[in-house]
Amino acid sequence: MAEMRMRDALHDALREEMLRDERVFLMGEDIGGYGGSYAVTRGLQTEFGPERVRDTPIAESGILGAGIGAALGGLRPMVEIMTINFSFVGIDQIINNASKFSYMSGGQFNVPIVIRMASGGGSQLGATHSHSLEGMYAHFPGLKVVCPSNAADAKGLLKRAFRDENPVIFIEHAALYGTKGEVPDDPDFLIEFGKASVLQEGTDVTVIGYSGSVHQAIRAAKLLEEQEELSAEVIDLRTLRPLDIETVVQSVKKTNRAVIVEDDWRFGGFGAELSAQIMERAFDWLDAPVARVSGKDVPMPYNRNLEFAALPSEEDVVEAVLAML
Amino acid sequence: MKTETLTSAPATSSEPKDEQFERFLYQMLLIRRFEERTGEMYTKGKVRGFLHLYIGEEACAVGSISALRPQDKLITHYRDHGHAIARGIAPQRIMAELFGRVDGTSKGRGGSMHIFDKQANFYGGHAIVGGHMPVAVGLGLAAKMQGQDSVTMCVFGDGGVAEGEFHESLNLSSLWKTPNIWFLENNGYGMGLPLAKSVANEIYRLAEAYRIPSVRVDGMDVVGVHEVTEKALEHCRTGEGPYFIEAMTYRYRGHSMADAELYRQKSEVEEFRKRDPIERLKARMLQEDMITDRDYDELVARVEEEVAQAIQFADASAQPGLDTLYDGIYKENANG
Amino acid sequence: MAVEVTMPQMGADMTEGTVVRWVKQVGDLVNRGEIIAEIETDKATVELEAFESGIMRKQIVGEGETVPVGEVIAVLGADGEEMPEQVPAPRKQAAETPARRSVEPQAESPQPAAAGVTGDVAQDSAAKAPPPAVEEEAEHEELTPPAAGEKEPAGTGGKASAAAPAAPAAEGGARTRISPVARRIASDAGIEIERLQGSGPDGRILRRDVEAALASHRQEATGAPTPPAPVPARPAPQEAIPSRAVAQRPVVAGQQTLSRMRQAIARRMTQSKQTQPHYYLTLDIDMTDAMAFRKQINGSASEEQRVSVNDLIVKACALALERHPKFNAEFHENGLVYHDAINIDIGIALEEGLIAPAILHCGGKTLGQIARESKELVERAKSGHLHAEEYSAGTFTITNLGAYGVEALIGIINPPQAAILGVGTVMPQAVVRDGEVVAREMMKIALSADHRVSDGAEGARFIKEIQGFLENPVSLAL
Repeated sequence: MAEMRMRDALHDALREEMLRDERVFLMGEDIGGYGGSYAVTRGLQTEFGPERVRDTPIAESGILGAGIGAALGGLRPMVEIMTINFSFVGIDQIINNASKFSYMSGGQFNVPIVIRMASGGGSQLGATHSHSLEGMYAHFPGLKVVCPSNAADAKGLLKRAFRDENPVIFIEHAALYGTKGEVPDDPDFLIEFGKASVLQEGTDVTVIGYSGSVHQAIRAAKLLEEQEELSAEVIDLRTLRPLDIETVVQSVKKTNRAVIVEDDWRFGGFGAELSAQIMERAFDWLDAPVARVSGKDVPMPYNRNLEFAALPSEEDVVEAVLAML
Repeated sequence: MKTETLTSAPATSSEPKDEQFERFLYQMLLIRRFEERTGEMYTKGKVRGFLHLYIGEEACAVGSISALRPQDKLITHYRDHGHAIARGIAPQRIMAELFGRVDGTSKGRGGSMHIFDKQANFYGGHAIVGGHMPVAVGLGLAAKMQGQDSVTMCVFGDGGVAEGEFHESLNLSSLWKTPNIWFLENNGYGMGLPLAKSVANEIYRLAEAYRIPSVRVDGMDVVGVHEVTEKALEHCRTGEGPYFIEAMTYRYRGHSMADAELYRQKSEVEEFRKRDPIERLKARMLQEDMITDRDYDELVARVEEEVAQAIQFADASAQPGLDTLYDGIYKENANG
Repeated sequence: MAVEVTMPQMGADMTEGTVVRWVKQVGDLVNRGEIIAEIETDKATVELEAFESGIMRKQIVGEGETVPVGEVIAVLGADGEEMPEQVPAPRKQAAETPARRSVEPQAESPQPAAAGVTGDVAQDSAAKAPPPAVEEEAEHEELTPPAAGEKEPAGTGGKASAAAPAAPAAEGGARTRISPVARRIASDAGIEIERLQGSGPDGRILRRDVEAALASHRQEATGAPTPPAPVPARPAPQEAIPSRAVAQRPVVAGQQTLSRMRQAIARRMTQSKQTQPHYYLTLDIDMTDAMAFRKQINGSASEEQRVSVNDLIVKACALALERHPKFNAEFHENGLVYHDAINIDIGIALEEGLIAPAILHCGGKTLGQIARESKELVERAKSGHLHAEEYSAGTFTITNLGAYGVEALIGIINPPQAAILGVGTVMPQAVVRDGEVVAREMMKIALSADHRVSDGAEGARFIKEIQGFLENPVSLAL
């Protein structure tokens, strides 16, 4: 165990996987000489050379497609898309090629690619650079969608992603790169996909988050305990596809209430899917309608106060919980 | 090397010319008859979805793919039946796929535009114009990084040239010197839009702009296409990076079955029919005493029989079980 | 051999096509690959080529006609071949082209053997097959639910549904707000949700409310408070009296199961106290004149016609309710419901408990009618011959324990009514009249009213009205 930032945990995961499996290689814009836009790949090109840590031109469609082709050709590529916002430029490759190659070929081919992207708002980057698209990617059968909330999970899940036979969309909230946590240094430390983690047990309400919103959930749980003497159970989904609905349902059966927290837009967002599944599977255990605390339905504004208002806060979560009691 | 059927025999340079030409002729006849009957099956509702026929363009597939070796990889666009046949995939499995049956190449999950065959290193027909081109770069890159003697040929149409992925792919393959043959089937129309309205320059010159050696070839001449592709293959194998071939061809049929062909004159089609690749090869072989009229008729009869059997096979093949609906979305991981 | 030319499938979304023009005419030689017709789809006009060679023998579909995909539009025959007179019957499309959204059959249905079947036979079997349109209609009919009143689903006869317990959706569209988990626990425990008071948002009954009700139920049953026990996952109804708790308390002298009447009283009174916020007003009424008035009319009356003190009060209330309809009303989430009829329940003590049947339509009835019906009602209540309406149609209740010498009685509202009047005994008391202490026949009344419906001042005006009638008894005779 060592305390480290999430960015370093991701770095270590990449390095360990490259050492373990020579088929693993990295591609992306400015991941080599520059060290990565969020410094996750810093030093790796020096260690592994420009072939295995390949700087690419700014051509998202090209490099995503090339990654898919390399995966089909027997390698284990990781393509870094600098931010999730740029994935729109190459999304045809992810949706039409990565997610469907296996099914459309009747299972003959598979695409073991890891596509990493930084996501989320809160840094005053404006509307085009503040997306949270975890839910959008989770929409597509054929993809796996991973979104860690802390350093240890980031490492265990990323290492696990390289062992998958299928395309994995690995989404890192940009605001979390600097957050610290205890991380196991076991090179075989893996976290299974489809296993949510119960970060805090509670009895009055289940608060569910993923990626950055897990932190709002945790802070809200603290406020609820201190100010309202309410006991919240906090669940981090870790992966949206596969989704660990069982853990969520078991918790809701205990607390009878669920609040979903997400940075993404409320309308048609992942919270809507989760909410529907909770109602489908735990209707008779609900004491209140499932509540969603989401990003506001606006393109992200630049102004700090406006941006703050557009993102979900722990106070919003507390308010949502109190409204259902 | 003699193989079971003519359709699956790869080209070998030691092969006598008359045998090679006969194989070209047989494959082109097979593709043409396969496509004619497929069109017929479509009108009868046996084949559904979108159907794009390859009739008229046979020399491109047969000439180029016959130059590839088994370890070379092929990835193509959605007008893909001809390429699949030329690559040696059994016509009956292709027809079964068109019928949506369990013995089809993708067990009925792909359809006309999505023929795949891993054993034949056939990485699919792809139906998003230009979308398969970056994948070809990756296949080339993987071979290069793993030190494999394998070239990836990517077939695409002139309609894909205005897509960004065309340019990204050419650029990447040139930058990274990937072993890629870019094989353009220029049939003059992107659906109904004439080339002059979609690309601002001659296409092979676009390749030159990316410092990729390129050549334009008569796509109605199967022998010429074959020779150019052999040359391209050799170039790629030496680690010199990609090679670009623009084959000038023509499709006799509409873009798809629902095409009223309002955008071209009948006389234009007739003009190209005079340069028909099958007739042309046949004439040459007759002239050079490689075959007789009787030999030709025999070939036609064999093709007729093979396609009829393919249809019979497809018709007899079962519908995929509904319990298999979800099969193949994900590949199971060895360790769960 | 004759070859059928069918309306071709010329696009993924094509279902029918129009023959725009026959390029080949009857008698023309047709070579494979030649254009024989132009077909118009909803998207384009396309050329239809012949897949076989032959002579155009028949054109079944004329120019301008539209037919579904798969239907025979022409017949080609060999040169010199005689054509059968009958044209092959139009075929339905093959199994490969199922209706949208239907699933293709897993196994192909065996095709009738084509070889050897003559045109006549084919015609014959086609004629026997039911016309497709009828088949479709029949399918639709099955899917159409029976029109209201035509057919009733089995087991829901009128009587049965009238006797069935009230559905969760109450009359007037008001639905009890209860969370799914609370509903499930209540249902498992046999608790009627109508008696529960919700503590959640907008009065929603929550799990905690049901659990509190369960706990208090136990408490009542054992006569002593029990510590709140964890609710069993699926408590059976009989666990409402936990025998374990009884066994732990040796001092309990006996145990009695609840009669249905006892259960009903318990349920309704709890519901009232939990859902209807009561307020109470008491007032002394000088009954001296009323007693004299009663004595006067009873003097000449037969036994049946005798008027009781209670009858006077019923009449007074009926008059007062006409002027104060809020006490003849019912509370609903959506608003107050005012009743047309004034049906006054009178509490009657029975051996096994209490019953409060209604004197119906008091508003239009004379004191004499009320007196007569009241006596009859008591008789029938004691003999168990009340009508259903008398049980359930009450809109206001008078509970009177005057006969027991009780001074004052403060009642619990009989839900869903809005008020109840408790009546004590009439007895001589020293009161001050015109500055002098005098003895008068006094009676205490107490109004318990639902605060959701009315406020105290309204209640005060209402009982003052009652007082007015009773203290000026002539008005009761009008």
